[in-house]
Amino acid sequence: MNRQIAVKVDDLTVAYNYKPVLWDIDLEIPEGVLMAIVGPNGAGKSTLIKSVLGILKPIAGSVSIYGKPYDKQRQKVAYVPQKGSVDWDFPTTALDVVMMGTYGSLGWIKRPKQREKKLALEALEKVGMLPFKNRQISQLSGGQQQRIFLARALVQNASIYFMDEPFQGVDATTEIAIINILKELRKAGKTVIVVHHDLQTVPEYFDWVTFLNVKKIATGPVKDIFNDDNLTKTYGINYKVSIQE
Amino acid sequence: MDIIEYINLVFTDYTLRTITLGTAILGAVTGMLGSFAVLRKQSLLGDAISHAALPGIAIAFLITGAKDSNVLLLGALISGLIGTFWIRGIITKTHLKSDTALGLILSLFFGFGMLLLTFIQKQPNANQAGLDKYLFGQAATLVESDVWMMAIVTGICLIILLLFWKEFKMLLFDADFTKTLGFNTKTIDILITSFIVLAIVLGLQTVGVVLMSAMLLAPAAAARQWTNSLGKMVFLAAVFGALSGVFGTAVSATQNNLSTGPVIVIIASVFVLVSFIFSPSRGLLFKQIRFLKNRRDLKLNKTLAFMYRIAETHENISHPHTIKILNNFQGFTKGTLQKLVHKNYVILEGNMWSLTKKGFKAASNLYNQQQENNE
Repeated sequence: MNRQIAVKVDDLTVAYNYKPVLWDIDLEIPEGVLMAIVGPNGAGKSTLIKSVLGILKPIAGSVSIYGKPYDKQRQKVAYVPQKGSVDWDFPTTALDVVMMGTYGSLGWIKRPKQREKKLALEALEKVGMLPFKNRQISQLSGGQQQRIFLARALVQNASIYFMDEPFQGVDATTEIAIINILKELRKAGKTVIVVHHDLQTVPEYFDWVTFLNVKKIATGPVKDIFNDDNLTKTYGINYKVSIQE
Repeated sequence: MDIIEYINLVFTDYTLRTITLGTAILGAVTGMLGSFAVLRKQSLLGDAISHAALPGIAIAFLITGAKDSNVLLLGALISGLIGTFWIRGIITKTHLKSDTALGLILSLFFGFGMLLLTFIQKQPNANQAGLDKYLFGQAATLVESDVWMMAIVTGICLIILLLFWKEFKMLLFDADFTKTLGFNTKTIDILITSFIVLAIVLGLQTVGVVLMSAMLLAPAAAARQWTNSLGKMVFLAAVFGALSGVFGTAVSATQNNLSTGPVIVIIASVFVLVSFIFSPSRGLLFKQIRFLKNRRDLKLNKTLAFMYRIAETHENISHPHTIKILNNFQGFTKGTLQKLVHKNYVILEGNMWSLTKKGFKAASNLYNQQQENNE
């Protein structure tokens, strides 16, 4: 199978102060995979995503999206930040947050119109949040807030989706709803990259995986590389995981 | 002086009209911009900026030797901007938190400003008297051109706000996401901050360095209590700010020896206090009322449910039972029984009680609701 490379990372090194958080990362993510990034706390998983998206400035290395620099390819990329990164008491509604997904294609100054509103409502419907569209965002549960973030990314109608711990703090129902949407995205040929914490669900949810702990430990199909050896290398302890067939 | 006479005076008296208009416009623009500072959790930014403006005033006086308010405010603007960008620099370049950066710049610039002021006061120059009015402000010195200046800045600020509304909102809510969409967040940030600096500098003459930050915070904090929409919040903050200006001026003009700036700030604080207590969704009063009502309802419902369980074991639901049975139930009081009678849920005869049809229905609804919630 010879797939196009959606995301390519070369020699990426990121440091806070003097301490490297990511060290010389080379990574190729083929188009159409649903990939988990796993690793212990402080392994640089979020940092990797943020550096690819240009939120953080790496001290070395480069990133390309479909062979071109990220600056030229923004429209192809959508981002779901960690839920805890924003203030949910902000005075705005669920629909308003989802509309923000259209702001990138609108550009400066232009206001969202009916077309943008329709896109946002469709996305809300997809994540099952349409009845809550006018709800003040602080009155949503954690799982609902996560769905709102997901809907905002769906509105961006991108080819590549980066998600930072979308399953954090959500209940089983929401987790299933979210993973179903991610699988649908993959089916539509999109590439989905997810920072993930629950190792047990990796084989069930994802077809591609990257092990990260400051350095890249391994990357590839889950069925080939998701094994005790790589887990031990990544987490530093003797790890045994029962892979469900 | 009665109210009508005063209102008449506002429209006819030059000084009073100038001050009223000036403080109202000032309150509106600082309220508007203050909403952004509050939502960015940079409430102290205003305090730091106004204090950072003081050395600029002193230096402008030392250079020109004149007390032209436009020149002095230009000095204030420059040193306010320098202070602000130093704060930004400290936050992004070091690991100090923003409150530390704000505190550092505030005290450094204010200290330097006070040093220059005392130096100026020792100068053998009769002209220097009155520079210290910038510390606490003196609304009486406002002239028509000052008001025009405020009106123009407010107008430009309003246009910028409307044009970049979507960008401002998104940056306030989620800066990282804004960046990934390709918006230059630095530009948006500098735009907001520059206007906050400008608004503060304009207010120095009226309210003064020390109290200026209250003009930024109080209307915004009050407005936040009443709405969950950013647009309405900014609008309300502008209204609260303007009203503080108008009422503050009125109080200080009708009483002897009450300086306008502090009175405006106190009126703005009254808006905050009233909002904290009486706002329907976030206010303390209604929160407490809701809490008490919920607790009372729960007690009543628990008693009713207990009765229901006894009554449903009988074929005739209105079969009378002795009140003593209820003593086995912990939540039971005579008061709750009276309330149930009052609602026509229960009939009392001697020391016997029986459920009415209405009461039985209400209780069984209670049960169904409970089950729905559990599902």
